Parts: sequence; C-alpha cells; structure tokens
Amino acid sequence: MTVTVERDARVVGKDHGSRPSRRPRTSYALFLLPGILAFLAVVVLPFVMNTYVSFTDWQGVGSPTWSGLANYRELMDDSEFWASFRHSLFMVVAMAAVPTVIGLVLAAALFDYVGKHFGSRVAAVLRACFYLPQVLPIAVAGIVWSWILAPDNGSLNALLNAVGLGSWQQDWLGDPDIALYSVMGVMVWVQIGFPLVVFMAGLQRVDPQLYEAAELDGAGWWRRFWHITLPQIRPETYVVLTWCSIAALKVFGAVYVLTKGGPGGATNVPSYFSFTTFFEKTQVGYGAAISTVLTVIILALSLVGLKLQTRAEDAEEGARA
Amino acid sequence: MTAVRRYPVLVALCLAALFMIVPFLIVAVNAIKSPAEYSQNGPLSLPDGLYLDGLKDFWERVDYSQKLVNSVLISGSVALLATVLSVLNAYAIGVGRIKGRTWVLAFFVLANMLPQEALVYPVYYLSKEVGLYDTRLSVIIVFTVIQAAFGTYLLSSVLGQFPREIIEAARIDGADKWQVLWRIVVPVSRPTLGVLLVFFFIWTWNEFLLPLVMLISNDNQTVSVALGVLQGQRLMDATMTNAAALLGVLPAIVFFLVFQRTLTRGIAVGAVK
Repeated sequence: MTVTVERDARVVGKDHGSRPSRRPRTSYALFLLPGILAFLAVVVLPFVMNTYVSFTDWQGVGSPTWSGLANYRELMDDSEFWASFRHSLFMVVAMAAVPTVIGLVLAAALFDYVGKHFGSRVAAVLRACFYLPQVLPIAVAGIVWSWILAPDNGSLNALLNAVGLGSWQQDWLGDPDIALYSVMGVMVWVQIGFPLVVFMAGLQRVDPQLYEAAELDGAGWWRRFWHITLPQIRPETYVVLTWCSIAALKVFGAVYVLTKGGPGGATNVPSYFSFTTFFEKTQVGYGAAISTVLTVIILALSLVGLKLQTRAEDAEEGARA
Repeated sequence: MTAVRRYPVLVALCLAALFMIVPFLIVAVNAIKSPAEYSQNGPLSLPDGLYLDGLKDFWERVDYSQKLVNSVLISGSVALLATVLSVLNAYAIGVGRIKGRTWVLAFFVLANMLPQEALVYPVYYLSKEVGLYDTRLSVIIVFTVIQAAFGTYLLSSVLGQFPREIIEAARIDGADKWQVLWRIVVPVSRPTLGVLLVFFFIWTWNEFLLPLVMLISNDNQTVSVALGVLQGQRLMDATMTNAAALLGVLPAIVFFLVFQRTLTRGIAVGAVK
C-alpha cells in the first residue's frame, strides 16, 4: 500500500521538476560526513600539528617557540639521524627486496610445481606455514626471536653447539657488528608470507595454456618462470614492493623488543629514533622533524609505487586487448 | 618430468616450511619445561613431562585475562566501527558517485599511508587535553579512523561495481538511500565486509606503537603491549620468556586456523585493487 503511495508521490514530484534530480547528490554526501569529520580530528589535525611543531623548539610543556628550519639543519649534521636512515635501507632489503624475490620463487614453485604434481592441498598447507608469522603480533615475534638468539642458552647457539659448529656461536643481538643482520634475518622470516600469498593469488589469473605451451616447447622450469611468471605478475610485484618498503621504513615494534635500537645505536631506525626523541628525551620539536622527514619519504615512495602499479596494469590490459 | 626429479623440490620446500614453523614448536616445547629441566638440558631437548606452573605464574603475574579482555574489546570495537565507517564512506563514493570522489578517495588513501610516527605525539598530547589519555576508548577512536581509511579504499572500488539495476529497482519501490544501504548494499557485500572485519581485528590486535604510548596503566594494556614492554625491560628469565611467547602466539594461531581462508583471500583482494 505504502509503496503505491510513494510511487505516486514520485511521479508528482517529477511533475514539479527539481526534487528528484537535486536530492540524491546532497544526501549521498551526507553519508561521507562522519568519515570526513573523524578524519579531520584524528588524522589531519595531528598531522598538521606535528608538521608545525617540527619548526619549533618545544619540550612538550608550555607553548612552542618558533625556530624555523633549525631542527632540520640540526638533523643534517646529526650522525645518529643518518645512521637510522641507513639502517632503514637495510630494512628495505630485508623486508621488501629479499621477501619479494624469495616469495616469487616460492609462489611459482608452489603453484606451477607442487600444485600441479602433488595437488593444491599440499600447496595450500605449505603456503599456510610460510604465512603463519604474518598473523603474529610483531612484539610477540620479537619475544620469540630474542630468546632464540640469546647468547647464553639461546636455541640457535645451542643448535650450533650440538652440530659441532660451536665456534660459530655469537651474541646475535648484542654484538654491534652482527645485530643489524640478526634483526634483518628476523624480518625476512616475518615478512615472507605476504608476497607469497599475493603472488599465489596473482598466478591464478594466468592462463594455464601459456605454461602448457611452453612446457610442450621444451622450456624448463626456470625459463617458464623468467618468461611467463615474472612478466605476468608484474602489477603484484609493484604492489608488494611498495607495501613492504613502506612497512620497512615504519618498522618499530621489532626493534623495540629485539634491541631497543642498540647496541650503541647499531640497529636504530627512524621510527624508533623519533619515539625516543619524543618520549625519552622530550625534544618534541626535533622528534617531529624526524617523523616529518620520514613521512615525506613514505609519501613519495607511495606515489611512485602507485604510478608504477597503474602503468603496469594499463600495459597488461593493453596487451590483453 | 619424472617423479625422481620432482621430489627433491618438494622436499626442499617442506624443509623451508619447517624452518618457518620451528620457532613456534621450540617455544611450545620450552614453555612446558620446568626451569630446572631447562637449565640442565638446554632449549633443544624434549620435555620430560608437562610442567604448567611457568605458564600459570606468568598468567597471574601479568594478569593475562585482563589483557585478553582489553585486546578483544579494543580490536572488536575497532573492527565493527571501522567497518561501519568504511561502508558509509564507500557508499557515498562508490554508489553515490559524489562530486570530487577521486579527491576524497586520494585523501583517504594518503591518510592510510601516513606513518603513525607523524601522528603519535599530537594524538598523545590532544588525548591528554580532552581527558582520553590512558583509556581504551582513545585507542579505539584512533584505530577506527586509520583502519577505515583502508576500508574505504577497498570498499569503494567494490561498491563502484555494485549492479545499479538492483539499486534502481529498490528506489522505484520507494526505498530511501538509508534503506537501500542497509537492506541491499550491506547484505549483498557481506563477503567483503567479513574480510574487512577479520583484517581490522587482527591488525588492531597486533598494533604496537600507539597502544604503547597511549595505554600506560596495567589495566588498559593489550596483549601485544604488555608482552612487548616486559620483554623490552628484560625482566624475564628463559622460562618466563617462553611462557610469554606461547601465550602471545596462541591467539594468533587460533585466528589463523579460524580465518585462514578469509585472510588469504582478503590479502589478494586488497592487493589487486
């Protein structure tokens, strides 16, 4: 009953003209209102504040005094700052480059080899094993590994001892020459599952006839990997590289739990550096400058990544058409 | 390809997979050893019997039940609220096709990419100003917004492809926009919303930096923060560490077993669009 009435009302409305065409736009925009307001309060306002504070001298109490570019000039001469960014590059290698390469090979092997010859169940179980560390809170992963890598009675040293390689034992997280590499190793373990899962999903849209044709032509596994798998999942590769690089630049929890940036700053990274500058040294202006530089780098990287991804997807669509 | 050549690859992959899960096994084995047994036989021996006192002591010492309640409460609220917020945003952008939607979407995407380091001090300062510091609510609010940024991005493209005939038909039958959203768009998009819920829940559960800064009192801390802080202070002996690690790992494994399909499908959805 109501339905007919409503319908009639609409027809009447149409006769009057303006209503049906004007109403939709305004009321759809209303749905966006809570989201936009929440964003302004929780993301935009703090972000603007942080940027402003980076141009001031502020200890977190009283009002900030404007100091222009002083914080940034100081950063340029701060060897701790440069070291933290250098360590970031190591993290990009450990969390983006290495997992992407290993993930590609593993995904191709699981998809094109295990999946085909031993069934997709076997492939799924193996994939799950590689993915498991991704579900773990990074703080917990840190606890697990700091104990495995402990100098006395740590599992790794105990294992080396047991197989007769006792001379290889190390203070994995306490030796300034090794600590960064140990943290890198842990991050590879944490990160591998992500590219693997993305690549395996990507491979599902590759036409299986490509592989069959190549196999008939006598192409070996590596040739098929190089000439079919790699070009076909280029868009996924860009996504994975971008996301993982951003994650690498932001890495905090693992460093906090594993090494606290030590020993002697050997594993300090920008996010941990800004955290200690904010909350331990309470040099808020300086900490804000560090995090602003980090933000600029991350946003630039995101834009490049998005651009490469769109271009790869366009190229692929062009090739398909 | 002969079977003889296939098996070495499978064996190599299985060994690699084993390497990935060995840390979990080693933690589980050592968490049920007594301290005496641990110091006598080291970390690699199999346990003689089941010793649960270490786990029990640790549970009581950190008040683990309270930490679990906090984590479930915070992650659950964030998952629900962020999904609702994402749906509202994405409805306006994807279905409503509001003016300037590309810019609105770019705004959300960039907000999602911002490092939390660039928000953390002002969020800490502002929450003190408004009396929300050291409350679970503060963390819920912040993560609802941050997760909704990703949700908006993902859902907008999904809803952009929502069959328009269904919406048109409902409109002709007299449903207003609010009814169309809750009676048609939401039920039809349920699989994607499920993926978002699971991801938001687990991501929030695993968050470390902001909860570390915002939740200082013992009664408000999450599982991740409580364990991370203890470990960072190096207050634990080996048996304690293993108990902590096992209790931290268990919820993750439960999520993993329950949500494995959703997780892997979700990652693929999120990555490709």
